[in-house]
Parts: sequence; C-alpha cells; structure tokens
Amino acid sequence: MKYEVRFSGTGGQGIIRCAVLLAEAALYDGYFAAQSQVYGPESRGGSSQGEVVIKDTPIYYPKVKVPDVLLCLSQEAYNKYAPDIAADGLLICDSDFVQPDGREGETVRVCRLPMLEVARDELKNELSANVLALGVLVGLTDVVSDAAVHKALANNFNSKLLPLNLQAYQRGFQMARGQADK
Amino acid sequence: MPANKQLRENIRLMQGNEACALGAIKAGASFFGGYPITPSTEIAEYIAREFPRLGRYFMQMEDEIASIGAMIGASMVGHKAFTATSGPGFSLMQELVGYAAVAEIPLVIINVMRFGPSTGLPTMPQSGDIMQARWGTHGDHSIIALSPSSVQEAYYTTIRAFNLAEQYRTPVIVLLDEKIGHLREGFDISQDPEPEIINRSDFVDQAALAQGGKYLPFANTPDGVPPMIPLGQGQRYHFTGLTHNQAGFYTSDAQQVETFIHRLCHKIEDHVAEIAELEQLQCADADCVILAYGAVARSAQEAMDDLRQAGHKVGLLRLKTIWPFPAAQIREICAGKKMVLMPEMNMGQLAVEAKAALSGSGVAFHSLNQVNGRLITPAVIKQALLENQAKLIGGAC
Repeated sequence: MKYEVRFSGTGGQGIIRCAVLLAEAALYDGYFAAQSQVYGPESRGGSSQGEVVIKDTPIYYPKVKVPDVLLCLSQEAYNKYAPDIAADGLLICDSDFVQPDGREGETVRVCRLPMLEVARDELKNELSANVLALGVLVGLTDVVSDAAVHKALANNFNSKLLPLNLQAYQRGFQMARGQADK
Repeated sequence: MPANKQLRENIRLMQGNEACALGAIKAGASFFGGYPITPSTEIAEYIAREFPRLGRYFMQMEDEIASIGAMIGASMVGHKAFTATSGPGFSLMQELVGYAAVAEIPLVIINVMRFGPSTGLPTMPQSGDIMQARWGTHGDHSIIALSPSSVQEAYYTTIRAFNLAEQYRTPVIVLLDEKIGHLREGFDISQDPEPEIINRSDFVDQAALAQGGKYLPFANTPDGVPPMIPLGQGQRYHFTGLTHNQAGFYTSDAQQVETFIHRLCHKIEDHVAEIAELEQLQCADADCVILAYGAVARSAQEAMDDLRQAGHKVGLLRLKTIWPFPAAQIREICAGKKMVLMPEMNMGQLAVEAKAALSGSGVAFHSLNQVNGRLITPAVIKQALLENQAKLIGGAC
C-alpha cells in the first residue's frame, strides 16, 4: 500500500499543519509516514505546499512523486500542481477560490466544496479551513481512521483550540460524506 | 480502515531538527550559543524552550561569530556546547572553528545545509558545505563530520557527535541537508535503545594527578588526544590559537611545531576505522555500487530496490561519516566491482575524494550531480546508473 497526498495553498493557511496532522494519524494507524514541504522564504503569502507519503513498508524517497490526492486552497496552487495528479487521483479544491480548467485530466475525480466559506461563516474562524479540509479528505478517502485523526488533533491543539478544530474536522467530514452520497 | 482499529502507542511524528535538539539534550549538552537561521531555526527554538526548564544555558548571540565564541568559552569551563546553523552562518564561524581545532576544544556544530553560495535558496537543500566542513578554516587540521539520512538517525548522530567531540577534543559537525532537517517521520520511543554517553572526564587519570603528576593540557599522548580538564577545576593553564607546546604556551620551535601539527591531524586520521561509519546494503554480490549520503542516500536506496527487482545487481554504500573520509574502507568494499555511481546535491564535492579513493582500483567511477534545489529522485539515479552501465565494456550489472 502506498498513498501520496499533496496539500497546497497560500502561506498562512495552515497547509503544512494539515499535512502534519495526516502524517501523524497515519502513524497512529500503524503505517509508515513521511511529511515534507516546500515553501518560500516568506512565512505568509506566497505559495505553500505540504506533502505526505503513507506506506505499509519503510519509506526511502520521502517525497511525493505522483499524488493520489491533491488539495488546493488557491488558484495559484491549482495551476501549479494539478497537472501532477495521478490519472485515477482525487482533486479537492475550494469552490470559491479555485476554478479548475481541466488541466488535472479527464479521469481525475474532482470535488469542489466551499471550505473557506464554511470555515469563515459557519465556524466563525477562517483559520480552521485547513482542518476542515482534512475532514473532507478523510471523509472522501478513509485513508486514515477517524480515531487516529482525533488523537492527532488532540496532540496538536491545546484545550482552548481543540473544540473548534474537532468541529471543523467533523464538519469537513460531513461535507465529504454528503458529496459522496450525491 | 476498520473503525475500531487499535491505535499505535509510543510513536511520535518528529522533525529532523527536533530530533537533533532531543539528541543534544540526551547527550548532556548544557550550553547553546547561536543565531537563528533557516533551515536550522527549529533547533534553536526547541532548545530555547527546553534548556531553561532543565537548568541549562541558551544564549542567542548577535551573530554567528559571537555564537561560536560563546560556545568555545563555555566548553573551556566544562560545558558540552553546541550550536545550530546553516551555510551563511557556518561561513562566519570558520575562523573560530580553526581556533577550536588548534586549542582542541570539544564543540558540536549542527549545520542544516541550505542551497548556496551566499544567501542562495534559504528553504531548499544542497549538500553544499561538504568541503567547507573540511577546509573552511585555514591551516592543516583534521575534523569530524557526520551525515544522517533519517529523523531517527539525526537523533543518534547528534548524540554520537557529542561523544566524538568529547573523546577526540575536536569540533564535530553534523551535516544535515534541509530535506532531513525539515522531514517529519515516525520515531518509536519504545524501541529507543539507551545510547552510550561519553564525557571528557572519562579520559582523565585522576589517580595519577592525585599522586602529584603534572597535568599537560596538550600532552603528546600515544593516541594523540590529551585528556582535558576544564578551566576552574584545579588546573591552571593557558589556551591560545598560537602554535603551542604541551603546556599550552606559544612556541615556534621547529620540532615542537611539527610534532604538534602531526598530532592534530593524526589524532583523528589514525582513528578512521573507529570514527567512520558506513552502511552496506546488498553490496556483497553487487556489480554496481551507489555511493551516497544524507537525503540522497534514501533516493539511492529506492533506486537500488527498483533496479534489484528488475534483475540488476546493484548495492548501496551509505556514508554516515563524511570526515574523516573512509577512503580505505570504500576501496575495500568496492574492490572488484564494475562501477561506482555517486549522486550528490552539489557539483561533486565528495566525489573528488571518492574518485581518489578508487583510483587505480579498476572500478569505473561516475559522479551524478544536481544543483537545482531539489532532492535527486530515484528515477534520475536509476537512469544514470543504467546509462553508465550501458557504456561499460563487458556487459551489464
């Protein structure tokens, strides 16, 4: 089993944290995981990319080659990374901020959801969009268990921030399941 | 994924830089003098948070020159001192790396290598400081430099760096590339073997001193390493960057100077077999060997596995120690092979040494160099190996 995920967006959106959470959950589920990132010298603005390789055997080359799942929270990220996605892969993008133009290829499954809007308007915290997006990803793929994500969230957020992030994760998970039913 | 699956305990997702910081704490580091620089900053952050709680010292200095100066002072009085930096900072430290080599002061410098020269690409990797680690400071001296390939290995390599610094009274450099420094992987705490910790006091013969034996801080001992008693612990003596006699005072006497420089070089070069660690993977029956270190060795291992599955007899020789360069071991392991391929994220810095080690051995040597800020992929290594193999007269690997 080998599963490669790339998260992309703008610096400051929590893209790398999102990748860290997935990698940690994969470890709790008993997999090997490697998480790395590419970012520019700036800490906010500019493009940001976090990636995770999940395998059931040791990981040598630690970087993503052909992502099975690509998450895009900005148009720039989509333009840059969409052509790399696996032919049978899954593209998850924000429906307000990303307009796909087909460069991901016809066979790629595309899921567009208003992740940033829901985080901002419903959860009243735009910063939780990354964890909401993780919920979407897990809801659509089941690549890691729900329990493992909960454990990763508890390990990454203090008691003040944990309830909001659990809520964001669950909301994303529901959005994905609603999407899958359609 | 079954919903009621038992979650794994005792596993942590850890970053390479964090593993270095934890390794330093485990090794007994008690002083950090540094100036934050990408991509090593997480080490300083971690230590700044943890050291005060542990009653150890963290000092942020005004620049890297002052940082290594502070470390040297701390080490002279008995601290296990270290810093974390990257290429531009390491460049600034070079003058005092030479001082520490000559005054035989144990130090650990964790250099998370970024793309250079100069400011370069701060967030991208390069194995660009291989030669700076060896020859960045002027004059003849020897040095120890280690290169981990994984997060877990970053932890043990850092501990070993402190041990070697204490044992050989020398600066030791941990050369991570940005890819390993920023990589996060699982670290199974329950599998963690208790590491050996070496202290400079282990080598001091207290009994002899108690019987009135004279302490010579720079004695010409048989193994080349004089025991070190820190300042303030009962022995008064002199440190200097000038060439000095066994008592630590300036000398220009031809014979004493010659003896001193020989000892400084030989105390490390005569112990290559003990210091240098190499990992052999499927080298025994291999026709072609990939020689690699750092993050590139991981790409090489994947390339090797793929090539093995396709029926090619390929092995991997991974250098965990860069300096002193284990030329004799490499020559021995590669004897009788058809070809050695050495991929590096630089223009061939260590290939110079490897090529010299294999010269006259009849083994074809090829260097594969990539300098674009990206980790060399397994596909690039496979292609280079197959292309060079095809050129070899006498058939396939």
